[in-house]
Amino acid sequence: MLAHSIFFYFFSIIAIFSSLMVITSRNTVNSVFFLILDFISVGCLFIMVGAEFLGMIILIVYVGAVAVLFLFVVMMLNVAEQKQSWFIGKKSTHIPTGLIVSVLILLELLVVVGGWKYKDNLMSSSTLELSNISNTHQLGLVMYTDYILYFQLAGIILLLSMIGAILLTFRQRKGVKKQSYFNQISRDPASSIELKEVESNKGVKIDD
Amino acid sequence: MIEIGLGHYLSLGAIIFFLGTIGIFLNRKNVIVILMSIELILLAVNINLISFSIFSGDIVGQIFTMLILTVAAAEAAIGLAIIVIYYRNKGSIRVEDIHGMKG
Repeated sequence: MLAHSIFFYFFSIIAIFSSLMVITSRNTVNSVFFLILDFISVGCLFIMVGAEFLGMIILIVYVGAVAVLFLFVVMMLNVAEQKQSWFIGKKSTHIPTGLIVSVLILLELLVVVGGWKYKDNLMSSSTLELSNISNTHQLGLVMYTDYILYFQLAGIILLLSMIGAILLTFRQRKGVKKQSYFNQISRDPASSIELKEVESNKGVKIDD
Repeated sequence: MIEIGLGHYLSLGAIIFFLGTIGIFLNRKNVIVILMSIELILLAVNINLISFSIFSGDIVGQIFTMLILTVAAAEAAIGLAIIVIYYRNKGSIRVEDIHGMKG
């Protein structure tokens, strides 16, 4: 139990620190790296508390896909020149409002946590009682039977987001030489070979 | 203090949620950090769901966590695509410069 608490405090302090650094870092690339650190530490927390599969999924999906996507976009756009200017420069009315709203939300959440009386048998229909099989096995037993429609809906959401992202960022550039299979296949010798008389000392002009 | 219970995980989720919301308001730099704050908020929600799922012995919370993860990935992809085409058109993704519908 001591090791559990030590690891909990270690990873949660790292998570809180890195999420603080995500929102206050000057450089956007540093923000993305702190986001990756945050995801890693929260994934370790998930593994530690007993949800191994989701911890690994967090590592693979968030760190391997989402954070790298952020990194690619940060590299593609030229955001490095944009200087950080929260408190200097133009007076903004967003910050006090945001602080008030955020602190209120935090206080409400912490009041709920502090006043939470945890009932012994909170869930009457416990699905985790099969404790001799692994977490992944349990998830599969429930996800592919009772929640199969939600699972397929999630797949459709991913497909839609993929199509949407491709459609949004697709553009036809002018002046780019591309291979045209139709033109390649449908040409014949009569239209593609031209014989010319080459006069001596004059050369021939090839128009392209 | 030594005994780690549900309250500790919920507090961690609350603090990360707080940092995510404050990141949305505090940020005047670019929209990418706002998207990262949204990811932080979703991560806090995931922490809450998983801790409830573990401490109350029901695995459905973890399934909802997977669905939230799916939606978060889709949202990040679409949001970043929108940011890319916005930057292509306007040349800036500063939050203050985005007022095209102000009239």
